[in-house]
Amino acid sequence: MKAKGTVHKYGNNVDTDVIIPARYLNTQSHEELASHCMEDIDKDFVKKVSKGDIIVAGDNFGCGSSREHAPIAIKASGISCVIANTFARIFYRNSINIGLPILECKDASDSIDAGDTVEIDFDSGLITNITKNESYQALPFPEFIKEIIDKGGLLKSITEEGK
Amino acid sequence: MSMTMTQKILADHAGLDEVVTGQLINARLDMVLANDITGPVSINEFISNGFDKLFNKDKVSLVMDHFTPNKDIKSAEQCKQCRTFARKFDITNFYDVGNMGIEHALLPELGLVAPGELVIGADSHTCTYGALGAFSTGVGSTDVAAGMATGMAWFKVPSAIKFNISGKLNKHVSGKDVILHIIGMIGVDGALYKSMEFMGEGIENLTIDDRLCISNMAIEAGSKNGIFVVDDITKEYIKDKICRQTKAYFPDEDATYDKVFDIDLSTIKPTVAFPHLPENTYNIDEIEAMDDISIDQVVIGSCTNGRLSDMKEAAEILRGKKLHRDVRGIIIPATQKIYKQCMHLGYTDIFIDAGCVVSTPTCGPCLGGHMGVLAAGESCVATTNRNFVGRMGHIDSKVYLASPAVAAASAITGKISSPN
Ligand code: SF4
Repeated sequence: MKAKGTVHKYGNNVDTDVIIPARYLNTQSHEELASHCMEDIDKDFVKKVSKGDIIVAGDNFGCGSSREHAPIAIKASGISCVIANTFARIFYRNSINIGLPILECKDASDSIDAGDTVEIDFDSGLITNITKNESYQALPFPEFIKEIIDKGGLLKSITEEGK
Repeated sequence: MSMTMTQKILADHAGLDEVVTGQLINARLDMVLANDITGPVSINEFISNGFDKLFNKDKVSLVMDHFTPNKDIKSAEQCKQCRTFARKFDITNFYDVGNMGIEHALLPELGLVAPGELVIGADSHTCTYGALGAFSTGVGSTDVAAGMATGMAWFKVPSAIKFNISGKLNKHVSGKDVILHIIGMIGVDGALYKSMEFMGEGIENLTIDDRLCISNMAIEAGSKNGIFVVDDITKEYIKDKICRQTKAYFPDEDATYDKVFDIDLSTIKPTVAFPHLPENTYNIDEIEAMDDISIDQVVIGSCTNGRLSDMKEAAEILRGKKLHRDVRGIIIPATQKIYKQCMHLGYTDIFIDAGCVVSTPTCGPCLGGHMGVLAAGESCVATTNRNFVGRMGHIDSKVYLASPAVAAASAITGKISSPN
């Protein structure tokens, strides 16, 4: 599996309240959530983002509440992958459980700038920065997690097991 | 191989003799929790993936607390969806307007979580029950859907940081000041992916309410769970609430910890986290040396500090006093039981006479939902747990996190103030 797109860059401790503010949590519509994605930190995000784009951030991305609405909003807005130095743990497991690929990579988080075009190979964990002609190595997913993502999320992997 | 408290609970629930840091395990669940925000997402996932049975109708809790009593039509629809699901599947622990409370105050109060148990909840502050010696952690709605169906969840076994507690708290200093002090020290990602394990002779000077408050905010340091060693105080707390068999887990003598911090409770001062991160902490001496920080609102409540001892602390400070004329005071006892106790003990009178409103239990303003949302430019001292941008309302509003004592004292003076 591969992804390729333009980068939207953010700093450290991007929390779930800015990814999707609580005032919009009274809906579960993926489109509606996506239409408010990142609104409190970057009100133009929704206008700028195109399908396949990539978010790159610093430390502790997705900290704060357990709302699955946060990775859902990001995924529904067209983002193909989030790369950060580190992720908050609930955000990490939520992303995997709903099938939003995310990678931890310090080099990529440090070197990639907003607007760069980046390509990711999920099987090897290799991140290629086409704009800067650099590449960075992230750890590929462990087997267990790959299986969940390959089967299209946690629940699909469970129902398949039961069959 | 030696293990931490958390690792022992995980190993037992995975049916293993031992686990090591980083190991991926599938573990048995004793309780699965969701609320009116995360519940509907879980329910949709549960139904759309074709599940038609709960693993155990007594081990699922659904609590309507965030936007209840419903603040608008959309939130009413969400609660209705939970209610219908709870009736259809005969969920024993469904709590709605009239018997609800804020989930993390309610579950311990009702004895639904116990030492040694493994609890997941689609709410990040599910880590609160570590106060009772349980492994409990926040997960997402999909995890809860899977948990409701199978009674199992996957975990990556965490390493841990040890907090060796000694000494005794000073007057008007509480669990809230302890955890704010710790987060200020280690940062909002200081315990990322790790357990925080609290032990040492000083824990005997921390009440269950102090511990619940400390474990509640473990997530604010990024941690997976925050757990206390079980002692006589824990046993006393659960004795009238829980009849089922419980198990206390202790860390191995030679358990390895990534870091060890010594915390002397007697050195901790009232502490406040400034906007917009819980790690931006200052103690009251530092604050008193600054220019005055005037405030527009005070909120005393939430799953962090909406318990009876919090109400008592606030009432003692507000007794016979009036709020500053520019401050709105909002008091929210966390459960119906606490609400009633506040009435019987005369706290409600004290609050109302001081000029506060006293609300039915709800998360309300804590997440900027309702019952005290802030306008642009306004500041609030809140006993809640998060002060992110826009958390309590407008993105240009500010939240200062503090103990009930500091919040009550500040409500009287109109600026962030010492309770002493
Ligand atoms: S009181 Fe606040 S932190 Fe606690 S469960 Fe409710 S919204 Fe979450």
